[in-house]
Amino acid sequence: MFADVFLIVAAAVLLGVYVSWRAGRLDRLHARVEAARAALDASLLRRNCVAVELASSGLLDPATSVLLAEAAHDARAGTRQRELAESDLSRALRAAFGQPGFRVALSRSGRAEELLTELEAAAHQVFLARKFYNDAVAATNAARRRILVRVLRLSGRAPSPEFFDIDDSLVAAAEDDGVDMPHLTG
Amino acid sequence: MRIGLVCPYTWNVPGGVQQHIRDLAEALIDLNHEVSVISPADDDAPLPGYVVPAGRAVPVPYNGSVARLSFGFVSASRVRRWVRDGDFDVLHVHEPAAPSLSLLACWVATGPIVATVHTANPRSRFMHAAEPMLQSALEKISARIAVSEAARTTLVEHLGGDAVLIPNGVAVSRYVKADPLAGWPGPGGAIGFLGRLDEPRKGLAVLLRAFESLGPQRPGLRLLVAGPGDGEEALERVSPELRDRIVFLGQVSEEDKVRALHSVDVFCAPNTGGESFGIVLAEAMAAGAPIVASDLEAFGRVLRGGQAGELFAVADAADLARAAGRLLDDPLRRASLSAAASDAVRSYDWPVVARDVVRVYETVVSGTSMVRVAAVAARGR
Repeated sequence: MFADVFLIVAAAVLLGVYVSWRAGRLDRLHARVEAARAALDASLLRRNCVAVELASSGLLDPATSVLLAEAAHDARAGTRQRELAESDLSRALRAAFGQPGFRVALSRSGRAEELLTELEAAAHQVFLARKFYNDAVAATNAARRRILVRVLRLSGRAPSPEFFDIDDSLVAAAEDDGVDMPHLTG
Repeated sequence: MRIGLVCPYTWNVPGGVQQHIRDLAEALIDLNHEVSVISPADDDAPLPGYVVPAGRAVPVPYNGSVARLSFGFVSASRVRRWVRDGDFDVLHVHEPAAPSLSLLACWVATGPIVATVHTANPRSRFMHAAEPMLQSALEKISARIAVSEAARTTLVEHLGGDAVLIPNGVAVSRYVKADPLAGWPGPGGAIGFLGRLDEPRKGLAVLLRAFESLGPQRPGLRLLVAGPGDGEEALERVSPELRDRIVFLGQVSEEDKVRALHSVDVFCAPNTGGESFGIVLAEAMAAGAPIVASDLEAFGRVLRGGQAGELFAVADAADLARAAGRLLDDPLRRASLSAAASDAVRSYDWPVVARDVVRVYETVVSGTSMVRVAAVAARGR
């Protein structure tokens, strides 16, 4: 009789400890997502700033300057879906960097070299930050899908984090070579 | 005069700006000027002798969609070489604020530069970071032309300064002769309409209401409707017994548009507003179609107050039915209107418009030097 009560109490305590460990783990995952998101936002903003600096530097021809400035403005303005606008900035940067002889033409100026290096670093940072963020989102969403978490509503009111998918490569991919892109105008 | 024209968009892709430059170049050549056009072009594209290719345009996100533009140092150096070798008296750039060849031409050249603005682009007010560079390139423009009042307003608001208004020309000779579409106009007569079906200001609804009274009185009469939009939806507003007498062509090619204009006894322009010039009207006049049009101020001016076409009260279907019915019954009146329209449209013909443009050239050329490569650009910056 006493042994039975002891067993039930022990099981309840163990269960309680387990549940609170799971809740804590979920909480840590949510915190990780938030931190990764902040890092991602910071990296996107940094890339945007360097793109604007390059556009207004007077080092590029005016047409390329206008393209970069417009794309950077669009990404900041938030009038369109963020992912689309940031992808467009990537494509505009790629179009600028993809010009034949682009680096050679700019290499005469020390300032240009500095800006290009910084932009490449910023673009690479976007790539890394996005990877880590999506990683955290995947882990969090997997944890949220577990039966115990769902039954006991351990995730509370926190919304499910969403993946952030953009085209962030600075190197031209083969399929981006032109002819088949949709919505051609002009 | 030696004239250098700069086209910002790929030559072989259909578009209003390209069409304008082609018509202008050919009209200028006919006026015995020496003309060279530099334009982005695909590698294997056939080009007229007066076009110098500046290489392929690159698809790039711009203004929320993907545009094919020519930018960068390579394009700039091609434009620079063209300017240096061309020895132009005047450089005429089109759409100078678009990040393409025209902007590059303003950057690399100095001397008499004329610019034509085609589109009203409210987004240009966001030119911020690149503005100093853009301004210094655009400041070199000595005269600006706008093709519409809307384009002129945008230009004045966002770039400052003023512009002369010279509307698009109509290549009259392209409209004069064409075979009617098979089976048209038909023994019962036909009325034509050209324009977007779902744009209320084009006024298709007014014409359909007028057909409700014209149709039953004239059993053979048909409507020929050309333009993009949903024909089925438009038909829902028409009595069922009249529906099979309305033919929708959908969006038509340039060639079929001309044929359609030659396929009707009466061409109807029932617009209820928003037309600054009425290019459709001018095209119908060039084709010699007898016209019934709403008495908008712009239409009244183009039709010489009713001498070159019947006018009816704007949006008044009953008045339209009366005017169209009178014309359908009177072949002599139709013939005299057709002749008057062909005569009146001559002032919108490209040779006339091109002469107006040449007058602008002459204003900026007198007293200044020729077009040269700018000193800063020559250093390769």
